[in-house]
Amino acid sequence: MRRSVFVASLLVTAVMGLGGIAGEQKSFAARAQEKTASTAEVKIDNFVFGPTAITVPVGTTVTWVNRDDIPHTVVSTDKVFKSKVLDTDEKFSFTFTKAGEYPYFCSIHPKMTGKVVVQ
Amino acid sequence: MAHRTKDEIVHDHNHDGIDRRGFLKCMAWAGTGAFCVMQGGVLKSYSMSRLAEMNPADMKGELSFVQISDSHMGFNKPANPDVAATLQAAVDKINALSAPPEFLLHTGDISHLSKPEEFDTVEQILKSASAKDVFYVPGEHDVLNDDGKQYHERFAKGAQEGGWYSFEKKGVHFVGLVNVMNLKAGGLGTLGHEQLEWLEKDVKNLKSSTPIIVFAHIPLWAVYPEWGWGTEDSAQALAYLKKFGSVTVLNGHIHQIMQKVEGNVTFHTACSTAFPQPKPGEAPSPGPMKVPAEQLRSVLGITDVNYVRGQHALAVVDSTLA
Repeated sequence: MRRSVFVASLLVTAVMGLGGIAGEQKSFAARAQEKTASTAEVKIDNFVFGPTAITVPVGTTVTWVNRDDIPHTVVSTDKVFKSKVLDTDEKFSFTFTKAGEYPYFCSIHPKMTGKVVVQ
Repeated sequence: MAHRTKDEIVHDHNHDGIDRRGFLKCMAWAGTGAFCVMQGGVLKSYSMSRLAEMNPADMKGELSFVQISDSHMGFNKPANPDVAATLQAAVDKINALSAPPEFLLHTGDISHLSKPEEFDTVEQILKSASAKDVFYVPGEHDVLNDDGKQYHERFAKGAQEGGWYSFEKKGVHFVGLVNVMNLKAGGLGTLGHEQLEWLEKDVKNLKSSTPIIVFAHIPLWAVYPEWGWGTEDSAQALAYLKKFGSVTVLNGHIHQIMQKVEGNVTFHTACSTAFPQPKPGEAPSPGPMKVPAEQLRSVLGITDVNYVRGQHALAVVDSTLA
């Protein structure tokens, strides 16, 4: 079990490494960080999760940051994850260890919805 | 301009312009709450800012109370870094009424982040009001992180387990509903099956001549579903109230005054005592409207309701803190 997770994370690191070369130029620090773990960020701005849908590799830690003057939450529709209330500039992170689709919403403003696709 | 539904929202009939001047007038018309007076079984609600223009006789009734809403204690961003001061201003306005209201209704979002100290501050400020009784319903900001446990312990003692309740005052039946729990992705406010069943039973044996006042945080009519300003199952709740001649629904949540009449039901939303929100669809999101400091108090307010037995009307008056 532990070994398979390790292998998976190695694969993620390899994929991200290639992505870094093929993709836009990034700072050395950013690339160094990507080598240790895959991360992604979703910004909450004007009552919208941006990007509304993101696709990430297994093992990615997604961080949501609230840029609004109003508190929001990040709650998985299928109860996989649930943040505490996030006031302005507060963050919530969750690491996705299994492939699948993870729809989520803000439980205070349920019209705000988003999706994480883990491949 | 966003589309409008057939149930057109009634803004200020006189000043509904969208030019800057018209807009500011409209904002000034919006108040921090409403003075509500029961007159002949019908509730009238008046903006507190307009009380000076009113004939004092129109403000007398069998029962009067004040609705305040959305104090958002703990909010400290533009346009209002001091929401405690504007709540206090609302209380001062209540205390300046010639006849003290019977009680206060707070239609939710007492706090901004459900913190104990935020609830403490509001309770403390409201203690200085001439009306001692305050009846609350929760807003979504009051039930964060703990599914409303704290709110229930403080404000809903004696209520049903879900927090809803009813009471009688001078022949008027008041119903406080909870529509901010268990919100579903993509959805609106929701009352839920259990609460609807309770409501049906609660009003079943009342005479149809009993004036009914329902209060809840999120509007019980579709103000602007695109921003979540409505309640999924409110139609069912209103169906149970069909037999009554006078039904008034008081809500908060949208931080501005809107009124609508539909059959036997009059709907009112009250202003926030903390910060204004844009008119439906007139901004990219329902986030706080940032207004110049000198204008802030003109967009905040309280609602004062007054009830007079005999004729059939219920008056709601909204006034600003300016």
